[in-house]
Amino acid sequence: MKRRDFLKGCMACGTAATLVVSNQAWGIGTFEGYPEVMGVLVDLTRCVGCRTCEAACNREQKLPAPDEPFDDKSVFKEKRRPTEKAYTVVNRYDTNSPKGPVYRKIQCNHCNEPACLSSCFVNAYTKTSEGAVIYNSKVCVGCRNCLIACPFNVPGYSYSSAFNPVVKKCIFCYDTRLKYGKPPACVEVCPQEVLTFGHRNDLLRIGRERIKEKPERYVDHIFGEKEVGGTSWLYLAGVDFDKVGFDTTMSNDPILSNVKDFLGIVPMVLTIWPALFTGFHLLATKNKDHADHDNGHSGQEVGKP
Amino acid sequence: MKRYKDEGVRVVDSHYKVPGRVKWALMDKLLLGLSPKQYIIQAVRNPYNWVLAAIFAVGLPIIAMRFILGLGSVTHSSCDYPWGLILDFGLFSMVPLSSSGFQLGTTVEIFGRHDFEPIERLALLNGLLGYFFAVVYLLVDLGQPWRLPYPMVVAYGPVAVLFLVGWHVATYLSVQVCEVSVAFFEWIGFPLGKQGVRKITLGLTVAGIILSTLHQGALGALYNYAPGKVHPLWYSSAFQWLHFFVSSIPGGLCMVIVVSTIARKTMAWRCDDRFLDNLDNLTISLAKGASMGLITYLVIKLMGIAHDNKWEYLATGYGTWYLLEMGVGVLLPLILFAHGIRNKMVGLVRFSAFLTVFGVVLNRLNTGFITFNWKMAEREVPTWQEFMMAITLFCVYIAVWRFILYRLPILFTWKSADAYATASETSAGIKHGKNPEPVLAGEKW
Repeated sequence: MKRRDFLKGCMACGTAATLVVSNQAWGIGTFEGYPEVMGVLVDLTRCVGCRTCEAACNREQKLPAPDEPFDDKSVFKEKRRPTEKAYTVVNRYDTNSPKGPVYRKIQCNHCNEPACLSSCFVNAYTKTSEGAVIYNSKVCVGCRNCLIACPFNVPGYSYSSAFNPVVKKCIFCYDTRLKYGKPPACVEVCPQEVLTFGHRNDLLRIGRERIKEKPERYVDHIFGEKEVGGTSWLYLAGVDFDKVGFDTTMSNDPILSNVKDFLGIVPMVLTIWPALFTGFHLLATKNKDHADHDNGHSGQEVGKP
Repeated sequence: MKRYKDEGVRVVDSHYKVPGRVKWALMDKLLLGLSPKQYIIQAVRNPYNWVLAAIFAVGLPIIAMRFILGLGSVTHSSCDYPWGLILDFGLFSMVPLSSSGFQLGTTVEIFGRHDFEPIERLALLNGLLGYFFAVVYLLVDLGQPWRLPYPMVVAYGPVAVLFLVGWHVATYLSVQVCEVSVAFFEWIGFPLGKQGVRKITLGLTVAGIILSTLHQGALGALYNYAPGKVHPLWYSSAFQWLHFFVSSIPGGLCMVIVVSTIARKTMAWRCDDRFLDNLDNLTISLAKGASMGLITYLVIKLMGIAHDNKWEYLATGYGTWYLLEMGVGVLLPLILFAHGIRNKMVGLVRFSAFLTVFGVVLNRLNTGFITFNWKMAEREVPTWQEFMMAITLFCVYIAVWRFILYRLPILFTWKSADAYATASETSAGIKHGKNPEPVLAGEKW
């Protein structure tokens, strides 16, 4: 064997091995998010419920004027959720702790592996490398499967529109800010520094440091680090997360993993059923008058490959 | 119609007005062989038409409003319950009840059980109409219904379960149109078309099985996207798709029993002896199949609870509701079926078929919105307009059902020229004797 052939062989084997390895990674791997993904750390212990973020979001996203003005505190009487008119809302939770009520800002958490994206049959959602989960209203059919799938109940739908109803949700100010490396409007305007914008990995480190420095102030958990596969928006809280409206029973697996089993069955049914049932047919009708009965429609074409 | 038939009016059941000589015109076929005046009189005399008219008078304007002013004007339009009554009743409940097409197709065409033929077409039509109206309900509920073909031509989201549902329902609808077209070709008089479809029947039937397995299951798998929202008793991490698929089997078979019961009661004049004489036995046979489906369903539902160890939820209020659904919709029909089949009590079998259909619908409504968002304090209550739209669309469905059953050879066999001649001769010959047996030359042309 010539040295050159030997090297060629090595190269080929190496390439093949790499391909096999990368195929495996594609097949069964889980996606843990883009490496340089951005995020926001929300520190609930700092929030005073001024609703400035709501106003900033309304302005930035050119949303309709709110039913009550943004300095009206009466909205805290009920628990609100993001809607077509408000991409972010602040709720008040009257916990029995001496620290007083806790305010929590709700908006899209921009999952690493978003349920809305994986449930969408026209691929209207995109997780950008910056971390935003954005939405293409041009292809949306309006099935609202994303509203069903979102574990945080975030997307709203503009039911009021007759001819162009679309999904309305926080897009991380992607078009106007995030794309250019700028923080979203709510972060920039927050007077209490509740919101910290940065690389998700840095934010996780900052979060852990804050917990370490003041263990009496924080619950030892960063919500969003692992929940449903991890989210770009992360939360620190001074009280148990389930007391302030978080669903703490949430799995750490992304929502997509719940349907993977079913999706795996699809190609199997598609390939096994034809032979199985044509086989049944041949077994069941052998030596019977089935073929004669309806002008000999069957039997002949079954044998063909 | 019964009155006309008693009066001796010939209803169209072959191509020939006068056997072997004069053919019916298309207009005659549409009017069932009546004169326009006779047709209108029978339509006005039929009390069901008045009920339908009253419902349409209220419902159609509401549906028009939905399209002109938007979903928000007539529905509850909740972001927490994006799939409301219209979709859960019209799509999630209609589709399992329409699995009859693939099941009877399989029985007759794959397993060669030609004794089921008298009811095969009814089952195929039930499948076709059920799917068609599932799509109609969907179009009313979709935000932008005119974009329905988008997942096929504009943008693809192949990892989504709904992508599969969309493609499969579309493909399966075309398959079912082909299957039912045989009856249409007979009626319109296009033997070549019929022969063409008969040639590919086996392929169509196998395609029907594949597509049905997958999209019946996929409708269940859609709820796997909402593990925290569907109540644990109606959610199964591993078997959700199987629960939906398996429950569609008794659902579809029982729906055929229900429809055949109604057809026999309300349009006996349209049924021929082949259908009427065989119906009782076929009902028992269908019930046997449904029982096997039901017992399987009961066991895998229990397995679902055992698999995720959710027994504790049975002790809650939702648990009672769950037990009620399973008791009335699964266990009770199973017992009644067993008794009815054993003692050949067709009436009892028909009653439990109604129960089974009710059980399947209740299951879909429970999964989709009655117990959906069980962690939230507020429950979804649909607006009266939503109820009205669902009922109106259902009445359109009934009207289309009736229109087709009146005309196409579904409940009766289309008589070919010579078969008709023989039949009329025989019956003329023994006019005053016993009931003449119909002499039919099968389906041959």
